[in-house]
Amino acid sequence: MDFGFKLSPSSAINLDNVNPDKFEELHRAEPDVYKCMACGSCTSTCPAGRYSGMSIRKVILALQRGKEKEAVAMMKNCMLCGKCSMVCPRGINTRHLILSICRIYEEERK
Amino acid sequence: MKENIVIIGGGIAGMETAAQLLDLGYKPIIIEKSDHLGGHVADWNRLFPDMSPAADVVRSLASRVSGANIFLNTEISFINKLKDSYNIMLSNGISIVTRIIVMATGFALFDASKKEEYGYGVYDQVMTNKDLEHWFNTGEDPRINDSAMNAVGFVHCVGSRDEKARNTQCSKVCCITAVKQAIELKQKFPDAMIYCFYMDLRMFGKKYEDFYIGAQRDYGIRFIRGRVSEVSENIDGRVIVKAEDTLSGKPVKATLDLLVLMSGMVCSQDSTKVANMARLPIDTDGFLKSRDNVMDIIESPKEGVFYAGACTGPKTVPETLAEARAAALKVHLFIKGLE
Repeated sequence: MDFGFKLSPSSAINLDNVNPDKFEELHRAEPDVYKCMACGSCTSTCPAGRYSGMSIRKVILALQRGKEKEAVAMMKNCMLCGKCSMVCPRGINTRHLILSICRIYEEERK
Repeated sequence: MKENIVIIGGGIAGMETAAQLLDLGYKPIIIEKSDHLGGHVADWNRLFPDMSPAADVVRSLASRVSGANIFLNTEISFINKLKDSYNIMLSNGISIVTRIIVMATGFALFDASKKEEYGYGVYDQVMTNKDLEHWFNTGEDPRINDSAMNAVGFVHCVGSRDEKARNTQCSKVCCITAVKQAIELKQKFPDAMIYCFYMDLRMFGKKYEDFYIGAQRDYGIRFIRGRVSEVSENIDGRVIVKAEDTLSGKPVKATLDLLVLMSGMVCSQDSTKVANMARLPIDTDGFLKSRDNVMDIIESPKEGVFYAGACTGPKTVPETLAEARAAALKVHLFIKGLE
């Protein structure tokens, strides 16, 4: 039946339903992943970011909020140029981190 | 050395001032309203950033002030201004005439039950930073059940930076205290998920930033940028918190076994009361007003009245101790000037 309007699904994040296992695995492989303080240096310098919406800051955040598919879809646009690791003030090896995410979140990439 | 020196407040500021004055050969008088010395630090368990025991600080100060005249369980009944001195009447009936007063009256912890939306005193599983320190010290608190600690939340800025709570100031030490307490809880409950809900993280002090990085990297504490807007209780007695994850711009919800409110520092009513008796002005932030907030923070506008510690605003332990030492020196120079 068409009411002339429809409801969009809730965008709220329920932390109770987030399965932390994969992110914990990522944390073991890349302890620095937690060091991100969301400064945005990586995103502002990313050559892919302004055309594709790629942001490693957002990827790290989305993985912690249970939005794995969203995160991995964003990463498809990464060219592995490594500029983000040069600017990160917390010294996160973002390039290596991206490769680890690709490995651990293999399922979500399909 | 016949000059009386009255130090009002037996917390760490008052004790350090007294200890320095004793070393300089004076015999100061400490007036403390409670039944023990040490103030808020005596209620704490460990101190950031090196996790040093708070009891050691209090113990060492207490041993250094044993030569002072200490009045415990004593309040100030009234203060009369004489020509060039003050007559201080104590609640135990003793009156002291002095030309020198050191206000070391400290701060009060914000009463978290005033922020009703956080449910302190309403929901069973909500406590304050002070309650948690009490548990670290005694191991006794019905809210902490060792077998059911899966998720814990910390709420930063409770009663700080809050116009509605009438405290616009930043309490300065709660950010680092939350990080410290989150690490301590994680050490006790390694499987628990620990969240910190913050607006900003103000890691201004020595090694604070390293402490914060360690909390993230080594302990996996989850920092969520967003102020908790409301707390409710579910049928199991667990608490549900709602906030916005402002980094992703989405509302976020979590069910927790324990919620810890980081109550801020506010000027204590007793401090204001004594200040009124001595006709000392109050600054716009509610704390005692210094002669100058840059050059003369430890001097009051009144001759012979000095400040030490958190009576002029939120301070860390080392800042308080440094001010106390400076106040002792000022007292010494003031007495030299009288001779």
